[in-house]
Amino acid sequence: MSHRIDDAGRLIDRTRRLRFSFDGRPMTGYAGDTLASALLAGGQMMVGRSFKYHRPRGVVASGVEEPNALVNLGSGSRLEPNQRATTTALFDRLEARSQNVWPSLAFDIGAVNQLIARFLPAGFYYKTFMFPRVAWEKLFEPFIRQSAGLGRAPDPEDRDADRYEYTYHHTDVLVIGGGVAGLAAARAAAAGGAKVMVLEQERHWGGRAPVDGGEIDGLDPDAWVKAAVDELEANDNVTLRSATMGAGVYDHGYVLGYERVADETPGDGRPRHRLWRIRARQVVTATGALERPLSFPGNDVPGVMLAAAVRDYAVNYGVAVGRRALIVTNNDDAYRTALTLSKLGLEVAGIIDARPAATGALAEAARAAGLRVMTGKAITGVKGRRAVTGATIANLDGEGGEEALTCDIIAMSGGWSPVVHLWSHCGGKLSWDAAAAMFRPDPARPPRGADGAAFVHTAGAATGHMSLSEGLADAHAAGKAAAKAAGAKATRKAAPKAPEEAQQPLQPVWIMPTNAGPAKRAKMWLDYQNDVKVSDVQLAAQEGYQSVEHTKRYTTLGMATDQGKLSNINGLAVLSDALGQPIPQTGTTTFRPPYTPISMGAIAGEARGPLFQPLRRTPMHDMHEARGVQWEPVGHWRRGYAYPKSGESVDEAVNREILATRARVGMLDASTLGKILVKGPDAGRFMDMLYTNMMSSLPIGKCRYGLMCSENGFLSDDGVVVRLSEDSWLCHTTTGGADRIHGHMEDWLQCEWWDWKVYTANLTEQYAQIAVAGPKAREVLEALGGMDVSKEAMPFMTYADGVLADIPARVFRISFTGELSFEIAVPAHRGSEMWAAVAKAGAPHDITPYGTEAMHIMRAEKGFIMIGDETDGTVIPQDLGLHWAISKKKDDYLGKRAQERSHMVDPDRWRLVGLRTLDGSVIPDGAYAVGEGLNANGQRNTIGRVTSTYYSPTLAKGIAMGLVRHGPERMGEVIDFATLDGTGTVIKAEICGTCFYDHEGAKADV
Amino acid sequence: MSDPVTATRNARFEGFATVTDTGPRGMISIRGDAKVCAAAAKTLGLALPGPRAITAKGDLQLAWMSPDELLVICDYDRAPELAEKLEKAVGENHSLVAVVSDARMVFRVEGDRADEVLRKLVPADLDALAPGEMRRTRIAQVAGALWMVETGCYEVMCFRSVGVYVFDLLANAAQHGAELSL
Repeated sequence: MSHRIDDAGRLIDRTRRLRFSFDGRPMTGYAGDTLASALLAGGQMMVGRSFKYHRPRGVVASGVEEPNALVNLGSGSRLEPNQRATTTALFDRLEARSQNVWPSLAFDIGAVNQLIARFLPAGFYYKTFMFPRVAWEKLFEPFIRQSAGLGRAPDPEDRDADRYEYTYHHTDVLVIGGGVAGLAAARAAAAGGAKVMVLEQERHWGGRAPVDGGEIDGLDPDAWVKAAVDELEANDNVTLRSATMGAGVYDHGYVLGYERVADETPGDGRPRHRLWRIRARQVVTATGALERPLSFPGNDVPGVMLAAAVRDYAVNYGVAVGRRALIVTNNDDAYRTALTLSKLGLEVAGIIDARPAATGALAEAARAAGLRVMTGKAITGVKGRRAVTGATIANLDGEGGEEALTCDIIAMSGGWSPVVHLWSHCGGKLSWDAAAAMFRPDPARPPRGADGAAFVHTAGAATGHMSLSEGLADAHAAGKAAAKAAGAKATRKAAPKAPEEAQQPLQPVWIMPTNAGPAKRAKMWLDYQNDVKVSDVQLAAQEGYQSVEHTKRYTTLGMATDQGKLSNINGLAVLSDALGQPIPQTGTTTFRPPYTPISMGAIAGEARGPLFQPLRRTPMHDMHEARGVQWEPVGHWRRGYAYPKSGESVDEAVNREILATRARVGMLDASTLGKILVKGPDAGRFMDMLYTNMMSSLPIGKCRYGLMCSENGFLSDDGVVVRLSEDSWLCHTTTGGADRIHGHMEDWLQCEWWDWKVYTANLTEQYAQIAVAGPKAREVLEALGGMDVSKEAMPFMTYADGVLADIPARVFRISFTGELSFEIAVPAHRGSEMWAAVAKAGAPHDITPYGTEAMHIMRAEKGFIMIGDETDGTVIPQDLGLHWAISKKKDDYLGKRAQERSHMVDPDRWRLVGLRTLDGSVIPDGAYAVGEGLNANGQRNTIGRVTSTYYSPTLAKGIAMGLVRHGPERMGEVIDFATLDGTGTVIKAEICGTCFYDHEGAKADV
Repeated sequence: MSDPVTATRNARFEGFATVTDTGPRGMISIRGDAKVCAAAAKTLGLALPGPRAITAKGDLQLAWMSPDELLVICDYDRAPELAEKLEKAVGENHSLVAVVSDARMVFRVEGDRADEVLRKLVPADLDALAPGEMRRTRIAQVAGALWMVETGCYEVMCFRSVGVYVFDLLANAAQHGAELSL
């Protein structure tokens, strides 16, 4: 059983004891522990169950590659599933729960899946559960959903209690990985004068070297790391960031770093995670290497671990994962584990080396230490279900007499794979090194920047150098080259030195024993997390799968949250063997960012709650809010929809606002309307091209309603245009159209008519604008005091600059309600002041603020169109009967030729008419007018649709406008609108003119 | 008569840096060719800023916005009169002069770690920013510009309608405990 030992644990602080719980059971650990090391120290070998067969699973690794030790971490608003215990730093009161267990970790009903394992082979989704169809929905899917899946999702009503943020950073050289290679590369780059940043995913520097031992520049690795970090920290040009993982490398030297700031101190107010958005001229990946498992029968029983992880737990955390270890390897490195354990006084049952002879220095050292080395051997079986109790061994091919050995831990090493993920994210290619049995980065095919030059270099083990001496030399060269490529100097300093080590080459062993039959192969796990075995991959090959990408998806190999960090190479080697082709021909699957999962919170950054999206507020926003406004989103703006009084419904408020405006006077916040200034010697010509009507002839001081179309002829925006001076016009646009139309103008000016002398300026936000409408509007403006607003001084469709209520104002005599109406524009910073002044001046007339819905209804009563209601991107002005606003004199305007196309002049186009329901009811929004007969799909033929439909409080009945086939020629006819309630009933409506109120326009022109 | 007010009247947040609304600022947009820009600079008695530069004298600032656009920053009350003067100065040359004081807001971010507040929101390289430069950039999800007044003091400009959003962003980023310790 795993337990804590004395005299080891370089990362833990035994004076600081931390309490935590696992599945509700109280446990303790030390500061510096990971959750995994603390669990192991407490004797907790089994940490979860597998995805498909619910087999007992224990910790396999000590880092990011861990497939099994995933837990639900935290609770309530801090619950997070699938957290790797091996990379979760222990903190006081940490709560962890095992996953995929029901009802409990020790007793799990899903484990019966093992008994039906032969019905759950590769691609079982596509086979076993295909027929009958109804069984999938009723039986198979619910069963699979219950038994599969990993962590528990947080309650949908819970909100993440923590906060997150981004940080942008720019650097010459970014080194990813703070092991000895990364530190050496950073030192070399900094020595060349480059600005350097180093990211290290762990909380401590130095990577594996302090565990693996050796000597650097005459120092032990720990001392060298400390000196290197001190030196880098003292350099102003260097930024060191631990607990920050390089998550992804993208085009243009863009790199994402994932910093875990406050995982261990929930609720301390600091951002929990920080996403670093880094621009680097050059990137050095010093990401190390990951050890591969060996595929022998029973290699998933808790207690079977990676050899390097076994010594990590011992050296870093003072945890012996067992009392008697059996080492199984095909390379020299695992001997280090045997030596480490032996030195710490733990029993080593023996070292099983697949190679016919073990001649390396480490093997000799093991023999010298009195350890039993068995060469040319294989593990043929593991004893124990929930924990290893022993193993059987035989010759590598499985022949020869089996020997049984007692052990409670099996430390396996199938060789090492360089971490090539970050090299590969942005297109770096790999080559297969047959001698070392690894894919290594191919320096001839690197990720390239916009200039065609490499922007990523690899350093140390990430390059494929598995010895200290080679790795350090390589890392130094990488840092030096990166600095030079980033525009700094290439240092003349020498690389750190380590003694040469004579290593015996490994022997690739993809399955063990090599001639294992079907029963044994069905017990050799490749992907622990997704329960993919050697037999599954071989079956896929047998069924015709050749592409590694297809096989991955068919078998789910490498598709779990660990993304195959342990399983990929072993899996594709098994596939290659089954296909009878060399490994490089099979190739790898695609490496995609992030390197390991990063939190959704970090991706969202600060954008949540009130900061989720920018809200655009008018200068009077707070005044509306104080009045209890009902908001309506219009783009990013918030506009007042209606101002309900207490006890009043929104509909009632809308009706009251309309009646008050029509009877007396109302006021509207129109600040969001687009206001674009167009100025220059060619501005008139430009305006004539933009608008369908003639704008160049508009006299100074006058206003004119205008339409803008796209070059395809469709109506795009409308608004009142004002001639300010000989060479300047002010264009009002819709609220949503302001930025779009400004862009549209600049597009034409910059790309097509670049030689026209026209400047534009979007002045939308410069002004607060208040519409004052109603028979008493003039009296209100007169009460404000200042400029002359009489009919003589300011006739309909004119404007004047002046002063109102001591505020500089521009007043337009325009009307969207059909009433006598003024729009007052004042500097935005004085908008709330003017709003208050208008309210005060209008008080004797009971002036009523009205919202957008009242505005919409009043314009519909007048038959005025609304962009987005009467238009939908397929409607041309002619459809809307707006011929009067289309100049016949002009040679051209945007959309003119398009509007002459055959379909645009088709008399069958649906055209705008007014609709008066016979019973006074309101036609539902979006209702279609139905005609005779059925179409090819058996649906009722349609002959039109409603575009605006409202209850008109002015007329006390429903009014509507709609686009109807041959509509204007059918005045007085009654047509049917289908209701939307599914009863098949219709509403009968008479076709009429679009204007329901004050046909002559007398009310506006007073 | 009351005073003009910004969208975040007198707002102030004290975290590891201090964020304050600097109140109404006078601003004038000028568009025109090199001749117009030179005439405008001369009228103001300021050096013509080169690309991305901002020049200053007294309480007047002149910023380069694009190859054919300048921005004058001045006292709020002076803007209309100064705009008239500029229009006269550029004369018949094709140009556009518009007061935009009310369309914008300016926040000040101060403190030894003021840069760290901005590093969280702005993708521009702050290490490359020095007094005398204006960076037009992005502040989280909206357009903005910033310049360094002096070490430990930045001014951040945005549109008025998103003034509350930008203030909230800056205050959120400046919360105690979120120092970057760079």
